[in-house]
Amino acid sequence: MYEVNVALLACVNMIAVLGLSVFTGFTGLFSLGHAAFVGIGAYASGVLTYHWNVPFFVALPAGMAAAGLSSLVIGIPTLRARLRSDYFAIAILGFGEALRVCLENLSLTNGARGLSVDNLSSPAWILGGLAFSLIVTRNFLKSRFGTMFVAIREDPVAAEMAGIDLFRARLLSLFVSAVLCGLSGALLAHRLAFIQPVMFTLTQSTQLLASVIAGGMGSISGPVIVAFVFTSLPEMLRALNMWRLPAYGLLLVLIMIYRPQGLLGYRELTGLFRFDRFRGRIP
Amino acid sequence: MFLQTLVTGLSIGGIYALMAVGYSLIFSVLSFSNFAHGAVIMLGAYIGLALATKLHLGLGLVAAGSVVGAGILSVCNERVAYAALRRRRAPSLYLMISAMGCSVFLENMVYATIGSRFYAFPEFFGRRVVSVGGSTLSLLDLFAFAVSIGAILALHLFITRTKMGIAIRAGVNDMTMCSLMGVNTDRLIAVVFFLAGAFAGVAGVFLGIRYFVYPTMGWVTNKAYIAAVIGGLGSLPGALIGGLVLGVLETLVSTYVSSVLRDVFSFTMLIALLIWLPNGLMGHETEDKV
Repeated sequence: MYEVNVALLACVNMIAVLGLSVFTGFTGLFSLGHAAFVGIGAYASGVLTYHWNVPFFVALPAGMAAAGLSSLVIGIPTLRARLRSDYFAIAILGFGEALRVCLENLSLTNGARGLSVDNLSSPAWILGGLAFSLIVTRNFLKSRFGTMFVAIREDPVAAEMAGIDLFRARLLSLFVSAVLCGLSGALLAHRLAFIQPVMFTLTQSTQLLASVIAGGMGSISGPVIVAFVFTSLPEMLRALNMWRLPAYGLLLVLIMIYRPQGLLGYRELTGLFRFDRFRGRIP
Repeated sequence: MFLQTLVTGLSIGGIYALMAVGYSLIFSVLSFSNFAHGAVIMLGAYIGLALATKLHLGLGLVAAGSVVGAGILSVCNERVAYAALRRRRAPSLYLMISAMGCSVFLENMVYATIGSRFYAFPEFFGRRVVSVGGSTLSLLDLFAFAVSIGAILALHLFITRTKMGIAIRAGVNDMTMCSLMGVNTDRLIAVVFFLAGAFAGVAGVFLGIRYFVYPTMGWVTNKAYIAAVIGGLGSLPGALIGGLVLGVLETLVSTYVSSVLRDVFSFTMLIALLIWLPNGLMGHETEDKV
């Protein structure tokens, strides 16, 4: 049963990693605050089921919508076409901190003591959510929009010359990734049956980012596999828990220096068995 | 009361400015956000703490040791984590990820080896105060403010008056051209990182004296990034003004409104500023160039 629980938790994390993969892996923008969207999804759905006994099938989309809306609040001022993407990275860092302060001081969220919600995410919900996210992400990235995102990642100026509205495309990418993170958060809250503001800080954002980078930018299957490993491995190596975060940090630096394409950069697991696989440009 | 709040705000703002200047300096030369800056500040504070508690040095020597130590650390950081990326002209996204990796690594190494305990500096100033016109001003506040302004002024002189400073300004403009003119860009970047690290060291010591020394104290650089955006990314006078403005406004909010809302206020201010004044107070055009 313990193994099943760890695997389900890994599935929940995989959804959030999929979300960040759309934004960082495919659109090439840096984010250190996606845990905030996970937190918003968790708290929005948790508050609904806890205070007002809203059924789970309503609270779950509500969590996703809340995360999506908050992404617009922060995305619209910071991603405006002519601003550097650094503004977004800085703003979302502050956003994560401000959100934590708010969650810790609102009576609605029960402050820093955390919120005990009901255990409503059954394995069916989690696996269904993961399947939904995988299908949505895959189809979305194969669409016109996915091609636009890759064009922006490779060269924003050239993409703009080709007629892509940078601001709209980046905002859309952020919105989709935030909605997926919100879904992950809502499932997480009702799986663990307990949420606390400290669960959604920079540490969590770093783990998401490390999964996307180590799995490979521009790949869906790579980050998903790595997310599974990153969630389940520390459970097996409990004794080394303290060294997990230094290891993530070192991993990020080493990957950037020696293998910036990550595990499966610009490729998918299915593509490894074909000979005509597409090899992307690695700058 | 108001004067007292103002001086406290200016003193905190001075520390923000010290951090923002180092961050801005690296941003203007390599055009990426150095998220490892906070970790260098934290390590600078630990170096200062070790000198003050183990060797019982005075404030001057503690600050000097911390400046040199943090400067060297910052240069090492560049050599290990950024030099390879910089040479192969990797996109700034890669540099940012590498910087974040460094920050996470250094912070958690301290956490794993030294521990998460909060340490306090010995009292250099005690509770000594100066009375001006009926309000009492803390000596620490006045000293921190004076040192911050002095250090930034010295940096300004260095950048505008010396040969190395001219090379740095040329590098900010166009690194390739600068290297064609015979400037050793590796050395230039090492000097820039040393300066940023030195400022981080001073900021770390002051933060440590004012609050505590602990592994995640570097997170306060969030405020430095916000200060840099307020002043305009990459502009040195902007970093100074942005730091002071942010420090004063924050202190006013936490004194007169609510100290809980302080961080929320800073963040809201950043968003508001990005909407109405996206290039900051002193910024130039910040478009991505071809």
